[in-house]
Amino acid sequence: MDFAAINPLIFFSTMVAASIPVLLAALGELVVEKSGVLNLGVEGMMIIGAVCGFIAIYHTGSPLFGVLASIIAGGLLALIFGILTQVLHSNQVATGLALTLFGLGLSALLGQPYAGIKPPTFPKPDFGLLGDLPVLGQLFFKYDYLVYVAFILVVGVSYFLNRTRGGLILRSIGENHDAAHALGYHVVRVRLAAIMFGGGCAGLGGGYLAMIRVPQWTEGMTAGVGWIALALVVFASWRPYRVILGAFLFGGVTLLQLNLQAVGIKVNPAYLSMAPYLITIVALVVISGSSNRLSTQAPGSLGRLFHKTM
Amino acid sequence: MTRNILQKVFAILASIFLTFSLAHAEPAKVGFIYVGPVGDFGWTYEHDQGRLAVEEAFGDKVETSYVENVPEGADAERVLTQMALAGNDLIFTTSFGYMDPTINVAAKFPDVKFEHATGYKRADNVSIYSARFYEGRAVIGHIAGKMTKTNQIGYIASFPIPEVIRGINSAYIHAKKVNPDVEFKIVWVFTWFDPAKEADAAQTLIEQGVDVIMQHTDSTAPMTIAEEKGIFAFGQASDMMEFGPTARLSSIIDNWAPYYVARTQALLDGTWESVDVWDGISTGMVEIGEFSDRIPEDVRAEAQAMADAISDGSYHPFTGPINRQDGSAWLGDGEIADDGTLLGMNFYVEGLSGSIPN
Repeated sequence: MDFAAINPLIFFSTMVAASIPVLLAALGELVVEKSGVLNLGVEGMMIIGAVCGFIAIYHTGSPLFGVLASIIAGGLLALIFGILTQVLHSNQVATGLALTLFGLGLSALLGQPYAGIKPPTFPKPDFGLLGDLPVLGQLFFKYDYLVYVAFILVVGVSYFLNRTRGGLILRSIGENHDAAHALGYHVVRVRLAAIMFGGGCAGLGGGYLAMIRVPQWTEGMTAGVGWIALALVVFASWRPYRVILGAFLFGGVTLLQLNLQAVGIKVNPAYLSMAPYLITIVALVVISGSSNRLSTQAPGSLGRLFHKTM
Repeated sequence: MTRNILQKVFAILASIFLTFSLAHAEPAKVGFIYVGPVGDFGWTYEHDQGRLAVEEAFGDKVETSYVENVPEGADAERVLTQMALAGNDLIFTTSFGYMDPTINVAAKFPDVKFEHATGYKRADNVSIYSARFYEGRAVIGHIAGKMTKTNQIGYIASFPIPEVIRGINSAYIHAKKVNPDVEFKIVWVFTWFDPAKEADAAQTLIEQGVDVIMQHTDSTAPMTIAEEKGIFAFGQASDMMEFGPTARLSSIIDNWAPYYVARTQALLDGTWESVDVWDGISTGMVEIGEFSDRIPEDVRAEAQAMADAISDGSYHPFTGPINRQDGSAWLGDGEIADDGTLLGMNFYVEGLSGSIPN
């Protein structure tokens, strides 16, 4: 009954798998926020992705279709948000909150006939000998496909934002949409694309929950992960690689708490539950006090309305 | 003369009107409030089966309605008020956390009758009812003790309330009785229904070496994980067979239907009064699900014998000698726990490790 009873290797690999939904959702939201849009509807897009992915994998039996359905469903819901906020200039905060409520309700409706059904199993890649390696096998080669997809996506997003022209345009729009517009960039179009990417990522995160991690459809199953993703973007100070760290932290704390209980170490679960949020606040304080401010601060136009002027 | 005729016409009209209105009497309205979705295939699902049984039994005479996914606390009070205003005559509030909201709303609507599940606060128009789930826990505890190879049994607990603690104690006592080496690993998840968290808890317990999982939460996620990992588990509140065809050893099924039908009957007859009901295996409120073929024949027989003995009253799951966790004596040799202590149980029995969170 001590710490030693928690096998660090197994703990790590479970933590990685458990952090994927929040990692994907946060990564998507990061891109959206980098383009200067605040979408509070992450939870709604996740749960729509979860239910649509589940329905698709249940009817077709194909994991690929399940994944695609999750992405498309999340993306479409995000598109609603995009049109409302970018074309019709509605308030982003209010629209985002509405999107969450709408997503929760719609998913409950769609998922009604699917509650309590078992989906087909989601295959895991087989790395052959690599998976049998003593320590490395457990650490790196025991996951399902989406885990690898998620990490590749992090690398891709980081590369796109920091090393490509498209990323530069996206960031410039997020920093100052009027200046970017004056330079001739299509603010609304770029933002719509970013919003849909964010929705797709959130949807995929939800799909992971319903198709792999639980795996089952139940109403309200995202249980607040979308909100954690929003906090995570701030924690990561809008940098893709830090999202991984944050996701491990947020995902790991829940698991750590369960593990500590299982081995009989008494820690009040409330302390561990608030730990990630406390760390987010500390991270914010550190960011705002840091000398390297420009690179770590929120995008300049975040959440602001853009009216096209000639 | 004219006056007489008028009177007669009036009387006839009145009687016609009366018969007419009686024939089309408003059906009695019975409402249900649920903590989870009706499709959880666990706790809420079984309550809803009870509601459907009421509809089946009374047809047009009763109209039922339900509100699902209602959080315990302030929201529940709002929903209950709404249900009372909507003209429900009898309202079943089916989760422990609805206790105070039920009492509060009942005070405001003295003509509406309430039935609160698993609580302990009563009023003139509030009945309380619960099932002796611990009787079922004793039976599955026995099976778990026999079936574990690693001598580690995992227990996913919801909230540290007497009902849950009672279940842990009952299961542990009976597992320990048949397997002195058995150890319980208890994880508190502080939710009744959160499939992702319940799945994580099951996963964690399996990583810690348990090969049998019991749960006191409402979703089927732990069963699904047990099936995937090839260990044993028990259905909770509902049978859950389809979620773990090989993992499921047996189950504790809550059968509320007879009670709901009886109480609705009492409402229609006008004989409804506030009661305090705590039934178990004997009345069928607690059912033990079919035993899996994977349980050896002799163990199945023992488990059945225990269920029968509990049912006919010859055996009580909390029969001394039983000590508290700290070693102090609770029940002497042959002594049987009284309902008062059981209802307020807030301590582990001797042998369980860890402490109850507060």
